[in-house]
Amino acid sequence: MTENLEVVRTTTWSAGPGCHGGCGVLAYIKDGKLVKIEGDPEHPWNQGRLCARCLAMTQYVTHTERLTHPLKRIGQRGEGKWQQISWDEAFDLIEKKLGKIRDEFGPESVIFSMGTGRDIGPWICLLAYAYGSPNVMFALSGIACYSPRIAAVDTVQGDYCVLDASQWLPARYEDPRYKVPECIIVWGYNIPASCPDNVFGHWIIDLMKRGTKIIAIDPRLTWFASRAEVWLRLRPGTDGALAMGFLNVIINEGLYDREFVEKWTNSSHLVRSDTGKLLRESDLAKDGSPDNFVAWDTKRGAPVVWDSSNVEYRLSDVQPALEGSYEVNLFDGTRIPVKTVWSVFCEEVNRYPVERVSEITWVPKDDIIKAARLYARSKPASIHWGVPIDMTPAITPTVQAIAALWCITGNLDVPGGNVISRFAFDAVAYALPGAKGVIKLKSKEADKKRIGASRYGPLNRFIWRAHTDLALEQIFTEEPYPIKGMWIQTCNPVAGIGLDPKKWVEAIKKLDFVVAVDLFMTPTTQLADVVLPAATFLEKDGIRSWWVPLQSINKAISVGECKPDVEINFELAKRFDPDFRWKDIHELFDEIIKPSGMTFKELQEKGWAFPPEGHPSAPYHRFEKGLLRPDRKPGFQTPSGKVELYSSIREEWGLEPVAHYEEPPFTPISQPELYKKYPLILSTGRRSPAYFHSEHRNIPWLREIEPDPLVEIHPDTAESLHIGDGEWVWVENWMGRCKLKAKVTPIVPRWMVMATHGWWFPEKPAQEPHLFGVMESNVNQLIPMGFTGKDGLGAPIKHLLCRLYKVSGSEGTENA
Amino acid sequence: MPKSSGYGLLIDYEYCTGCYSCQVACAQEYRWPAGMSGIRVIEVVERLPKDREYLVYLPFPTELCILCAPRTKKGLEPSCVKHCMAACIKYGKIEDLAKEMGKKPRMVLWSPRA
Ligand code: SF4
Ligand code: SF4
Ligand code: SF4
Repeated sequence: MTENLEVVRTTTWSAGPGCHGGCGVLAYIKDGKLVKIEGDPEHPWNQGRLCARCLAMTQYVTHTERLTHPLKRIGQRGEGKWQQISWDEAFDLIEKKLGKIRDEFGPESVIFSMGTGRDIGPWICLLAYAYGSPNVMFALSGIACYSPRIAAVDTVQGDYCVLDASQWLPARYEDPRYKVPECIIVWGYNIPASCPDNVFGHWIIDLMKRGTKIIAIDPRLTWFASRAEVWLRLRPGTDGALAMGFLNVIINEGLYDREFVEKWTNSSHLVRSDTGKLLRESDLAKDGSPDNFVAWDTKRGAPVVWDSSNVEYRLSDVQPALEGSYEVNLFDGTRIPVKTVWSVFCEEVNRYPVERVSEITWVPKDDIIKAARLYARSKPASIHWGVPIDMTPAITPTVQAIAALWCITGNLDVPGGNVISRFAFDAVAYALPGAKGVIKLKSKEADKKRIGASRYGPLNRFIWRAHTDLALEQIFTEEPYPIKGMWIQTCNPVAGIGLDPKKWVEAIKKLDFVVAVDLFMTPTTQLADVVLPAATFLEKDGIRSWWVPLQSINKAISVGECKPDVEINFELAKRFDPDFRWKDIHELFDEIIKPSGMTFKELQEKGWAFPPEGHPSAPYHRFEKGLLRPDRKPGFQTPSGKVELYSSIREEWGLEPVAHYEEPPFTPISQPELYKKYPLILSTGRRSPAYFHSEHRNIPWLREIEPDPLVEIHPDTAESLHIGDGEWVWVENWMGRCKLKAKVTPIVPRWMVMATHGWWFPEKPAQEPHLFGVMESNVNQLIPMGFTGKDGLGAPIKHLLCRLYKVSGSEGTENA
Repeated sequence: MPKSSGYGLLIDYEYCTGCYSCQVACAQEYRWPAGMSGIRVIEVVERLPKDREYLVYLPFPTELCILCAPRTKKGLEPSCVKHCMAACIKYGKIEDLAKEMGKKPRMVLWSPRA
């Protein structure tokens, strides 16, 4: 295999492994074909390792079912009749059809729908914004994956943060600046080759070998749970209560970092007891600023103004009170009682004594205390969380509680703690929470029509997406304006990301014109008018700055007529926007990575680059050094410049400003009547090393790892229902049912089943009514749309109710 | 009785996460079709007293494992060893690996057919 062998060094980012990438790989190419892929041993990210999905790339790139030419529908929608067309014909057709919709109904009448995976965010925005539509939609209910967490953390501390596994340091664990965390809370995350938060999951294993202890929070006996110092088997959806319980122990036992709390949080700002709102300078003086807050100066025995723009008190030598109740005079002479934020925060925390938390979460009281103490006493300690945090309607108050944990224990932006994560070199492609990107909508005016933007605060401050649940409704109601077209890219709402998938089928069919861009036919592409063949990461040039290092993706091969998403969208964007300003994609990449001082070509030569110490995107202790704020003053990018334990942003939105717990909508507690009928908690979405969501069922090496859609059920529960291991069962609730294969295992508790998600069968017929058998086993049929949180974010995806019964003989044959 | 090659694989199953990289890495290296590989990953849920369990994954070398002779000859690590996400497989002389094994519990030493 040595002759004519070319080795291309590149970076993973989806299509292929499906993930958000970051691994350095070596692609072995012979005569233009991929013969092997290996982990790059020199790459600091994965150090030669690679996951099963990436190692299966040779079965992926030249798979016989790979889409290799643009296709045009010639039969009815869903009939599965296609005609091969050229790229020119495809682009002409799309330009004409979408152009007509824009002329007749306005650009906002086309939704640009994305899923997770592929480097799609910037490129779908590039196209949507060139076309003029603000309606870029992440097709999951409540946008419940990652961006709610980022938005919520930004609400508290102005910048996101992740587990520090030394990823900012090229020498990694050996760098003297780094400290191995004494303890990591692994919160709703499981290891099998899933790398969320742009953290390579197995770094945690590296750290465990170096002494890190684990606290695992998961209803399932995961790999981490098995090896944890403390395992908290919580009832799904009660994470917020658990976090409040931790805070309760830590604060009442005095295990917090008082200096951090006093100096870096808004704990000493005053809250009006009459209105429950933060006291502002404008309350005290007619010409005072509403952006400035007020503390109680114990030295002078009088209120003192906190000047938010200067990030300091108006007076010098202030000794602000951390706790207590005081009285102040408003400018109109009224005297009102006030309390410090810390007092209000502690009052809320004190509503969650461990006994109550134990009752809510079903976790033994002593374990909660043990875990809280272990976390708080470990220096440093870190928290690594997973998507279950987003997948509940009260996501934001839950995150406020968890973020308070790493803040008040002094673990923010310290080595081995939770480190502030910015795009490497601040090279940002498109607007994500907390960052302004190169790719923007042309005018504020155009953004006014974005679905849900005027209704939900976070959609106007952090998340520049259409609200998915409202968008789906709007397709049917046509209010306030009709939706006529959809561009679907990296997105499979019928099989994967869409809850209530039959409704998505109906919605897509109602539209006048639908384009899908994918690598294989899926249940969703079947409903399109035009299907365009996308490229894997090996077939494209690209960039990755999420979070570190800054990396280039380097094209190694071509397959058929497949085009990278960026090229497809670039070509069409040029056609839709007369002012489109980039000549080619390399020029666009150059502009995005300009803050690094490199051109794309220069970056390609290096492969990857780390921001140097002292750069705002490199750790540590940045809030002390004045590296986080644009004005370079110490502090945070929040309205007050401090970590806001009492959120001024939430107050502005009319929502509870302090962390708390809300019972989710479909639980044994909130729905006792339904629970009688559906006596098992249904959780979904556990990860598999073989699959990225709805992908990879057609890759033989991966499918053999998990050939069937599974539901995990405890042996005692299975016995009581007369269900044997490997038998097909119906999982059913008030929404519908799906057929899954029972995996009888004590990994799950007796009171819960775990259903795998994203299932369809590429081996089954494509055309309707089959759609690759998607409605047989798609568990999302049991999950409703439209139950997002008060701020529009989060959805009840991991805590529903169901019952199970055996599939009778004849019904079972199709899959068995 | 066939002679041992003198080389083997030491698995630290405390850290094996069941990621299946070894299995797919081997299949890729030797172009085995699905269902065949030099190493197969097994999941074991051990039931323990007091309603407790311990979850273990164990990569088990099959009759197809040749201990990567073509790679080791060139000074390369076996493919499964190189790609193991948990870095929990070690290749070497059986005597050396046996010594390693004395250093910590929860290890197995395989001497495949090779
Ligand atoms: S899933 Fe993780 S290991 Fe696999 S390619 Fe992506 S980043 Fe690398
Ligand atoms: S040592 Fe080589 S042949 Fe044996 S299982 Fe590992 S990769 Fe396969
Ligand atoms: S690659 Fe390593 S961690 Fe993964 S299954 Fe194989 S032995 Fe276990």
